[in-house]
Amino acid sequence: MTATFELILCVMILGTACVALFVRDFLTAIAFFVVFGNLLGLAWLAMGAVNVALAEIAIGAGVTGVLLVLTRSRLLALGEEIACGPARPWLRLGAAAACSAFTTLLAAAVLSIAPGDDLAPVVDGLMPRIGLDNPVTGVLMAFRAYDTLLESFVLLGALVAVWSLAPPAAWPQPPVALRMADPAALNVAGSFGRLLLPVALVMAAYLVWVGSDRPGGAFQGGTVLAGGFLLAAMGGAIGLPRSDDPRLRWALVAGPLVFLAIGLAGAATGRFLAYPDGTAKALIVTIEYVLAFSIGVTLALLVAGPPARAGTGP
Amino acid sequence: MTVPAVLGHLFPLTGAVLVGLGLCGFITLRHPLRQLLAVNVIGAGIFLILGGLGRGEGVTDPYPQALVITGIVVSVALTALGTAMIARLSEDRRAAGSGPDQPKDQDP
Repeated sequence: MTATFELILCVMILGTACVALFVRDFLTAIAFFVVFGNLLGLAWLAMGAVNVALAEIAIGAGVTGVLLVLTRSRLLALGEEIACGPARPWLRLGAAAACSAFTTLLAAAVLSIAPGDDLAPVVDGLMPRIGLDNPVTGVLMAFRAYDTLLESFVLLGALVAVWSLAPPAAWPQPPVALRMADPAALNVAGSFGRLLLPVALVMAAYLVWVGSDRPGGAFQGGTVLAGGFLLAAMGGAIGLPRSDDPRLRWALVAGPLVFLAIGLAGAATGRFLAYPDGTAKALIVTIEYVLAFSIGVTLALLVAGPPARAGTGP
Repeated sequence: MTVPAVLGHLFPLTGAVLVGLGLCGFITLRHPLRQLLAVNVIGAGIFLILGGLGRGEGVTDPYPQALVITGIVVSVALTALGTAMIARLSEDRRAAGSGPDQPKDQDP
């Protein structure tokens, strides 16, 4: 039963990926990409990786889908077609041959590795020392905290890079407003956004809190928060901030800064990013809450795009 | 839940095929936005290989799980930067007026 389900799931994943890649109309492609992301989430669920399923559906399918739809409408407003003519036959044949060969090699490499959860017992043995029950949060926030710290700076760096694409005349202005143009849709999205933003706040706080013992965590919570912000902005319930607003700047750097500060404090007492005995859980939860807030604001602004001159855009 | 031996490789193999499909799309599709979507498909395939190979008898290894979550977040950062660059390029082309695309006032 499980085997049949997983087989069908894999066929559906490959099918939706094919449609998302090769269908002619780009909006259809995005729709299939979102379906593809949700099916991948199901695959992670089938593997028992609920943390990854949450992240994949929220970030991989949700945020990426919104990004693609927004960029499509911006390009259309600029008068650019997103259709691309069929590639030359020899290019298609060559690409298909090269990619089949590459896939075969990759599949052979995959088959030569025996799947196994060799590190799970090691991580489980270390978990009591930090007082958490969710091993994935343990790896993210304690055993590989260095990766997570760098990742939070990568998000910040991506936002700085996106902002640097702003035209010179537009610099400290807010990004292009996300308000919907259609009054009826704006009305619906506005009331829905006002209703959902507090719910998203509570849900994000819950996901972060529960993440220390069950599936959840800072990234999942932050993404839910970003979703709430974006929907409220699309409905016109909240406006987008100017890029030189000091409160906004603090909100963006608070998470990485608190993480770095606690890491450096660990260096003063022992090792960098090591938590003193008995305080690990309190410190991790503190970092996660501030980090989730910063991630939420950063993701929402990443989707909104660079500052724009007033009166431009769709 | 015990996983039959043959099925242990099912998700990693699906991931390998996804990488191949995405690569093929990246080469043959000529619009940058579609290529960005192809890069995301490749990324999803790599995550499936990485996470799927950590699948054991009972649970999936938390270590690759954490790495995959990190990877998903980094790939959305990459996608955001990519879309911003594509939009900026399009704006510049329109401002220069050199492209074959004429600005249109209404959406098709």
